[in-house]
Amino acid sequence: MTAWLQTLGASTLASLATLGRSVQFLVRVAGGLDELARRPSLLVQQMHAVGVLTLVIIMVSGVFVGMVLALQGYYTLVDFGAEQSLGVLVALSLTRELGPVVTALLFAGRAGSSLTAEIGLMKATEQLAGMEMMAVDPERRVIAPRLLAALLSLPLLAAIFTLLGILGAYLVGTAMLGIDGGSFWSQMQAQVSFADDILNGMIKSVLFGLVAGWIAVFNGYDCMPTSHGVSRATTRTVVMTSLVVLGLDFVLTALMFD
Amino acid sequence: MNNPRSIEMAVGAFVAAGLAALFVLAMQVSNITAFQRTEGYTVVGYFQNVGGLRERAPVRLSGVQIGRVSAIRLDQQRLEARVEVTIDAAYDDLPSDTAASIRTSGLLGEQYVSLEPGGMPDALGQGDEFMLTQSALVLEDIVGQFLYEQSGGGGSD
Repeated sequence: MTAWLQTLGASTLASLATLGRSVQFLVRVAGGLDELARRPSLLVQQMHAVGVLTLVIIMVSGVFVGMVLALQGYYTLVDFGAEQSLGVLVALSLTRELGPVVTALLFAGRAGSSLTAEIGLMKATEQLAGMEMMAVDPERRVIAPRLLAALLSLPLLAAIFTLLGILGAYLVGTAMLGIDGGSFWSQMQAQVSFADDILNGMIKSVLFGLVAGWIAVFNGYDCMPTSHGVSRATTRTVVMTSLVVLGLDFVLTALMFD
Repeated sequence: MNNPRSIEMAVGAFVAAGLAALFVLAMQVSNITAFQRTEGYTVVGYFQNVGGLRERAPVRLSGVQIGRVSAIRLDQQRLEARVEVTIDAAYDDLPSDTAASIRTSGLLGEQYVSLEPGGMPDALGQGDEFMLTQSALVLEDIVGQFLYEQSGGGGSD
């Protein structure tokens, strides 16, 4: 019994310490963002790795999510004779929830894991320690551009995902299901509000970008410098990002929409 | 890695595509134009009960949308709902005795303001008031009235 209590206490303390380290780490990195004003090329390179290379999976997923939403929504709405509202259903689901959330989940799998692995391997091969020896601050040089790139890329990716999803739904709705294209758009425009729906979705995806980037770079920076440690850190990045994004999404939805 | 030039090009294209997607979302998916204040003149109507009418609800005449509800407040003096309606400047020749009523589109649809043109020669203008208004129908009131009449009208209130 005491042994069990001790294990519980130790693991609680360990996770609290990790949380504290990660917050300190975030504050330090945020303080190092001014380096990027002098070296924008660092940011551009990371935007390429994190944003551009994630684009394909985001675009393909967006189109398919939109098409499936259109099919499933149609089967339900047609029972009520409300199939003309398909555009509203798809647009609201995508702008409010699915766009930011699914993009963040895919982002964690595609970009977050590679960030963690890259930084973890830099640590394991002592590149980060080498930088410090040369009086180069790895937090400014390596971490800050990656974090900012994640923060900037995710909203852009989410916007592209949402738009392609709606276009996919339009395609399925008009070509396969025979919905009138005009009422698809006009009902959508009447019901979707820029300030309430699209802007709130964007705010969500900025926060998800911060969380996904933060978890990814911290896990890489904090991992055990062994091959086992890097692999665990990569897994932890994906799992933690997914859980945190889903939990945060619930809180944000509860705060944003009434 | 590729040469930095092509990376910069790709990132530039990515950022442009993201912003363009946001722009299209704003223009094509949401009603951002209706979000701005419509050009037109404001007419005020006092209603006993606005029911479920909301700001930005459409204003229709003969079923054609000619404006939007711009504000709903309670008038403290009259203890009635004061509804401000902005009518598109293109429709500047409505008779001054036009009547306003709150209707529901369909059985369960959204509520809107319906205008019935009158016969006066002079036109409604900025700041004028609807002389005749008809409140929203509240189902409970109608059922209550029906039950009251069924029970013979008299008796206790």
